Amino acid sequence: MDCCGGMDEHDETCTEVKVKDGVDAGTVAAAKRLESENYSAGFVTDIEMDFAPKGLTEDTVRFISAKKEEPDWLLEYRLEAYRRWLTLEEPTWARVNYPKIDYQAYYYYAAPKNSAKYKSLDEVPKEILDTYAKLGIPLREAEVLLGVEGAAETAATAREKPRVAVDAVFDSVSVATTFREELKKAGVIFMSISEAVQEYPDLVKKYLGTVVPATDNFFATLNAAVFSDGTFVYVPKGVRCPMELSTYFRMNAESTGQFERTLIIADEGAYVSYLEGCTAPMRDENQLHAAVVELVALDDAEIKYSTVQNWWPGDENGKGGIYNFVTKRGDCRGARSKISWTQVETGSAITWKYPSCVLRGDDSVGEFYSIAVTNGRQQADTGTKMIHLGKRTKSRIISKGISAGRSDNTYRGLVSVHKKAEGARNFTQCDSLLIGDKCGAHTVPYVENRRADAQLEHEATTTKLSEDQLFYVRQRGIGEEQAVALLVNGFVREVLQELPMEFAVEAQKLLEVSLEGSVG
Amino acid sequence: MLKIENLSATVGEGEGATAILHGLSLSVPTGEVHAIMGPNGAGKSTLSYVLTGREGYTVTGGTATLNGEDLLSLDPEARAAKGMFLSFQYPVEIPGVPVMTFVRTAMNAQRKARGEPEISAPEFIKKSREIAKVLSLDPEMLKRPVNVGFSGGEKKRLEIYQMMMLEPRFMVLDETDSGLDIDALRTVAEGVNALRSPERGMLVITHYQRLLDYIKPDKVHVLAKGRIIKTGGPELAHRLEAEGYDGVLAEAV
Repeated sequence: MDCCGGMDEHDETCTEVKVKDGVDAGTVAAAKRLESENYSAGFVTDIEMDFAPKGLTEDTVRFISAKKEEPDWLLEYRLEAYRRWLTLEEPTWARVNYPKIDYQAYYYYAAPKNSAKYKSLDEVPKEILDTYAKLGIPLREAEVLLGVEGAAETAATAREKPRVAVDAVFDSVSVATTFREELKKAGVIFMSISEAVQEYPDLVKKYLGTVVPATDNFFATLNAAVFSDGTFVYVPKGVRCPMELSTYFRMNAESTGQFERTLIIADEGAYVSYLEGCTAPMRDENQLHAAVVELVALDDAEIKYSTVQNWWPGDENGKGGIYNFVTKRGDCRGARSKISWTQVETGSAITWKYPSCVLRGDDSVGEFYSIAVTNGRQQADTGTKMIHLGKRTKSRIISKGISAGRSDNTYRGLVSVHKKAEGARNFTQCDSLLIGDKCGAHTVPYVENRRADAQLEHEATTTKLSEDQLFYVRQRGIGEEQAVALLVNGFVREVLQELPMEFAVEAQKLLEVSLEGSVG
Repeated sequence: MLKIENLSATVGEGEGATAILHGLSLSVPTGEVHAIMGPNGAGKSTLSYVLTGREGYTVTGGTATLNGEDLLSLDPEARAAKGMFLSFQYPVEIPGVPVMTFVRTAMNAQRKARGEPEISAPEFIKKSREIAKVLSLDPEMLKRPVNVGFSGGEKKRLEIYQMMMLEPRFMVLDETDSGLDIDALRTVAEGVNALRSPERGMLVITHYQRLLDYIKPDKVHVLAKGRIIKTGGPELAHRLEAEGYDGVLAEAV
């Protein structure tokens, strides 16, 4: 089997992959495409680009808004954010160290030439389609209809192939969105946020910035000023979205910041599962990524948001890599609503990210499942905030941090129970696994409780990958790298189970690749 | 044939290294079962770890070969692929990894190393079911993470399950009888005996003669102070049981 078809410099790195029962050949093939000696997504696509002038001024903001032919209210929103941003200081409380960022050294808008005019997939330049194909993300609906590569199939569902609709964002713009027509029939709006601004301005205006206000924090404010593109999803009342929705973010251009903005609204009784994947080329300089994701769940609605983040982490000496400063927040605005975050973070040089839930509606539920892997010189400061406002609100936090190499991995979480949150409950479990003795794991849980009847549980463990375990596994015939992967997969199993099947396989493979060379 | 000649080994590193094995020689012809008995601290477990390649043990002299092939230069996984299996005195817990997944991964890794095709899922499940029955293992247990929450007896039975699944060419059983009641001992011994064959060798390390009532050895060796000091037939085990090690040790001086 040509398991690395279309790959560039890593053609020779095909190896056997072990898969669990019930995973079909297509999944294996797709997972194989993800592997390489190092970072298979690290190639650069050579295509003509439109850039905003380098640096950030009021003109940059106006340029972006004009490029997107935005209405006045949105330009005003951006300008207000920009002016506020000028007065803000970059936060320094996270346990991460990096040289001061020169915000004038980046491009705030980079788009493939003529991208604004793509009417259909046929107009999308071949180079871009090839890029996504290389990453294993099919955009042509014809292909998708045959079953997404990487889609899982168990014997029971063999006839009904799972399908995933994809929005592909290339640097600052969305280049293609699949399955739109079919989703439209179900009443689901799935498009880039730039298009949504044009087509559904009222919806966007109603919800944009209501979960993460433009004033929220330094990076969110920056995003509000210069956000380029991202995904907009609206699932109407009582509709269960008929397929998984996903966005693949790709940063390609040099010295570029990506400031995506995602807004997902599940109206009363609606359900949607959304997946996000990210990659970037290997570059020597640090690229900037400051995204904002807002989720709104109304009464009885449920949103499941999964991320597999594989931004370029920099080389083993800490050169290059993505600075990932992300504000993700879900608002359980309605009663009995539920928002669930699942994240697998293996990439980025710096990760600063706390997907959170505001449990406003009575009986609403927030969940956070996280696997954060750091290797080499990576630094991650990630966790969640669960804000209990409504009665009988429940939250659950399962965090698995894995540190290897000379990396630093911090879990930082807040559980806050407000005065009116009668009978609120939280369960938190933070486990850290250390591989080697030059890395660090830190757990920083904050609790603010204003209710005597709140039930808050917290468990935390830190373990070292033990010589005993490693020898036991190797004695049975399993090589060192695979033994580490097996032990790590066991460690994160609870979280992997929360991912949709096709992503779980991808995530498993990513973990293996991320930890290569971490022992011995 | 497992052939150990003049083997010396230390445990620990640098200044803290302690010599445990001092010129140990021993041969177990293919098809035979040999027992090693000896007092605490004689080097029994060290021998099992040196044969299977555990880190932290350094060979300072001598050789060990299996069917003429050198073992000591190989990684643990390569030795396993050549057919070396160690039933651990203290089996290790592996959270989150189900027994079946673990054993299948191991089996296929070994097969791959030997250039053999992988075992198919139905074939694997069939084999697993049969072996679980022989060992009176609850099939549900095989879906649980390796050794997590298992009793001492269950852990030992799981070692034998793995051994029967992997069908090694040479097996080292390190104090497999410790922590077993008499019924469990019998069940475990049945499994071990089922693997006795003209193509396999076995080294049974034990403190007590009891296990050897069920797994009858062709030869019994006494290991003390890092060397084999006496070799005899099964009757030697009975003598040790009756007299303790003192007599044999005194003779050896």
